[in-house]
Amino acid sequence: MIVLAPEHVPAFPPVPPSREAAGGSAFSRSGKWGDRLFHGAALSFSAGILLLTGGIGASLWRNSALSRHAFGWEFLIGRVWDPVAGQFGALPFLYGTLLTSALALLIAVPLGVGAAIFLSELAPRRISDVMSFLIELLAAVPSVIYGLLGIFVLVPLVRRFLEPVLGKTLGFLPLFSGPPYGVGFLSAGLILAIMVIPFIITVTREVMLSTPKLLREAAMALGATRWEVATTVALPFARSGIAGAIFLALARALGETMAVTMVIGNTPVVSASLFSPGYTMAAVLANEFTEASDPLYLHALVEIGLVLFGATLVVNALAQLLVWSVKNRGGRR
Amino acid sequence: MTLIAFDSGRYRRRKLFGRLAFASTALCAAGVLSALFFILGYLWVHGISSINWDFLTKLPKPVGETGGGMANALVGSAELLGLAGLFGLPTGVFAGIYLSEYGHNRFGTIVRYTTDILNGVPSIVIGIFAYTLFVLPMRRFTALAGGAALGAMMIPIAVRTTEEFMNLVPTSVREAAYALGIPRWKTVVFIVIPTALRGIVTGIMLDFARVAGETAPLLFTAFGNRYWSRGILEPTSSLPVMITHTPFPPMRTGTARPGRRAWFF
Amino acid sequence: MLKSIKKALRVLLAAGIAAGSLGAAPLAAGDTVTLVGAGATFPYPIYSKWFDEFHKKNPDVEINYQSIGSGGGIRQVTAKTVDFGATDGPMTNDQLFAVDGKILHLPTVMGAVVVVYNLPSFNGKIQITGSVLADIFLGKIKSWDDPALASLNKGLSLPSVPIVVIHRSDGSGTSYCFTDYLSKVSDAWKSKVGKGTAVNWPAGLGGKGNEGVSGTVKQTAGGIGYVELIYAVQNKIPFMAVKNKSGRFVEASVEGVTAAAKGAEIPADFRVSITDAEGEDAYPISTFTWLLVYERTGGRKGEILHDFLLWMLNDGEKIAPSLGYAPLPDAVAAKVKEAAEKVR
Repeated sequence: MIVLAPEHVPAFPPVPPSREAAGGSAFSRSGKWGDRLFHGAALSFSAGILLLTGGIGASLWRNSALSRHAFGWEFLIGRVWDPVAGQFGALPFLYGTLLTSALALLIAVPLGVGAAIFLSELAPRRISDVMSFLIELLAAVPSVIYGLLGIFVLVPLVRRFLEPVLGKTLGFLPLFSGPPYGVGFLSAGLILAIMVIPFIITVTREVMLSTPKLLREAAMALGATRWEVATTVALPFARSGIAGAIFLALARALGETMAVTMVIGNTPVVSASLFSPGYTMAAVLANEFTEASDPLYLHALVEIGLVLFGATLVVNALAQLLVWSVKNRGGRR
Repeated sequence: MTLIAFDSGRYRRRKLFGRLAFASTALCAAGVLSALFFILGYLWVHGISSINWDFLTKLPKPVGETGGGMANALVGSAELLGLAGLFGLPTGVFAGIYLSEYGHNRFGTIVRYTTDILNGVPSIVIGIFAYTLFVLPMRRFTALAGGAALGAMMIPIAVRTTEEFMNLVPTSVREAAYALGIPRWKTVVFIVIPTALRGIVTGIMLDFARVAGETAPLLFTAFGNRYWSRGILEPTSSLPVMITHTPFPPMRTGTARPGRRAWFF
Repeated sequence: MLKSIKKALRVLLAAGIAAGSLGAAPLAAGDTVTLVGAGATFPYPIYSKWFDEFHKKNPDVEINYQSIGSGGGIRQVTAKTVDFGATDGPMTNDQLFAVDGKILHLPTVMGAVVVVYNLPSFNGKIQITGSVLADIFLGKIKSWDDPALASLNKGLSLPSVPIVVIHRSDGSGTSYCFTDYLSKVSDAWKSKVGKGTAVNWPAGLGGKGNEGVSGTVKQTAGGIGYVELIYAVQNKIPFMAVKNKSGRFVEASVEGVTAAAKGAEIPADFRVSITDAEGEDAYPISTFTWLLVYERTGGRKGEILHDFLLWMLNDGEKIAPSLGYAPLPDAVAAKVKEAAEKVR
């Protein structure tokens, strides 16, 4: 978790004075062992996470051996996915995953943060709580249902209204060219945005509500308008929480399987147009994994899983860099 | 009070800008909420007609026959979530505690980074991993394997929310506790955590909610069951898998289920 | 409020685990036996009906079948994580070689793969040949008013609408049957694409499952796809008549499929393709579907498998036509019975 420690605390958290200094009373002795045990427990669970993730990575690595040896690095730029001929390349899937996730965030973050600001700053508390509860309900909806909603509601809407309209107005851009199938990158991006917005709203709202009253009142005392209080005090306070929510959202979008596969058209192509059908790494895994009985095919699919794993590694590394660069620019008020 | 010139042009502009800005956020909220209400409404309308006592208590019928229910899927989902909580919550919450209290060092950064990675692993890959770890050696599909897969998926959100909300507890509270001589672990367990509890519980609920709807990891672990499953060492039906497998027309009845279940959470 | 929610959560957790583990002890005494099977989606409707009927006759037997796909069925039965498998695409020699034990392919029913299409405001039965079909799916024929189609359908004026090809995105026995047929009737298809449960489709969109394809076809004007017969019938989607080897245009039906099996030579291990079969009434895109059973499973499970197979041949087959599947022809059924007798 990328957490920026509140800057008004230089050393966080504070550590209690050393036990030895307090003398060897029974009270402090129980404290010492309690502390050790507690620390140990927390530490081992954390280490457990490392083990688990490492295990997954290792398992992915091992079970993709055949494919890695057959194709090497060309796997990442290969465009052909042919199980019958034994020729496998991951580029269309990589492209699709990145494109749909980016589109989803582009739509979800502004809308979500905006809605969260409204819910935390403007709406009466009661209403805000109820709305928030309902939004959390949305997070519980299985991706299959989103997929079904996608097929029955979103795709026809996109095919009949959105894509033709975009095509007429912005059709000169390669981004909006091509026949309106309905299924494709655009629909996938939209459904992902819908799936991811509840997280963004809930977490952002929650963190903004946790802004200490003191800070808000200080700003108000200095004559800030309500909006200014929100943007100069609450938002920055919530910054790390929002960043966390965004990465949560991104992670979900990258790995989302069922909903995407129902609306993206499942065609391994690389296309500049959002109207084009496409494919993502998670979708191809869901579609083909249960049926692949040829070893090379299976390993190629696992290698896609490995690539997805790797993509997550890269995205998170970039996020960390972003955080460090913000921190080091001395840019904390 | 006229200390500050409230009717100066600049102030009025700021106020106006603020009002416009808020109006646009209200639009965002309206847009988002109407979409979400539409979804909830759709699920409700299409599914409510099929929810009756049968639905909640009977086993499913074979394809082409009407009637039957999803009782075993309901119990199965509850079972899986229980197991997932057992696997995922202690790990996640404790790790979050570690990161918040002790984790401001290299090791902590590594754990945070790894947790984000784990969050990004697609659910089907986790399912495959659980398959290799549990199903193959045991030579059977089990609810245990499904619960383990879901548990692994619960960890990252639990870690993140626990850490975040524990960090939000002001240091003054901690310092006060130490000043009173309370040992560190007691401070954390009895003072810091209760203060952060609201946020942590929200996070856990979101966690369960997210995981309750996962299908892919269950396909290869808990598998599915037309009948009642008899223990955690048996394959079990679950709501999302049931919905995936139910062909066209009966699919509608499945849609209201998650609405109800989400409500429950 | 939060406290009580938390409490409710805890209770739910506990209840869930309790409910789950409750059954383990008393029923482990072995009153009810459960068989677990996995495999093809194609015969799922009839299998679920059969297992249900069998359970009614034998309440102490539960057969739990999950349709994860033919390839999945083959994989799981080889790994012995399930008691039996089901597939529309027979196992290859390599796959059989990898099995520890002897697996039998036992045909259960036959089904038809139909070519569905969506041309709004067009009424009329479209006729098509295998090679034209292949050209459409290869992307060579792009419009409904193409001369190749027109010449086969004189008297019908096909609209000038672009053809949108829709195929399966998931691995599937239905795809296997369809591509097997196309490989037989089109050399271009055979060399460029080949046959398999998942292939590199030269054109079109992918839909998940028979439902995905039928749903997408229904929604896309100009769409063409292939699904199992029952899906087309239940969803009221029009499908084409296909020219068979003997030169007649045949629509899919139980009789057409049965005729296709008659014309085929059935080997001893039952692994045979009946696409593009000889016979006046044969429907060319037909297929067997098989259960994959170990000859020796042993114990109560082996007995149950044996009993079920015989029940299926005697009684189960009679239910098949009501769900759109063709029962096995008598000659084949007799041979299957012989093989089934050996299962224990």
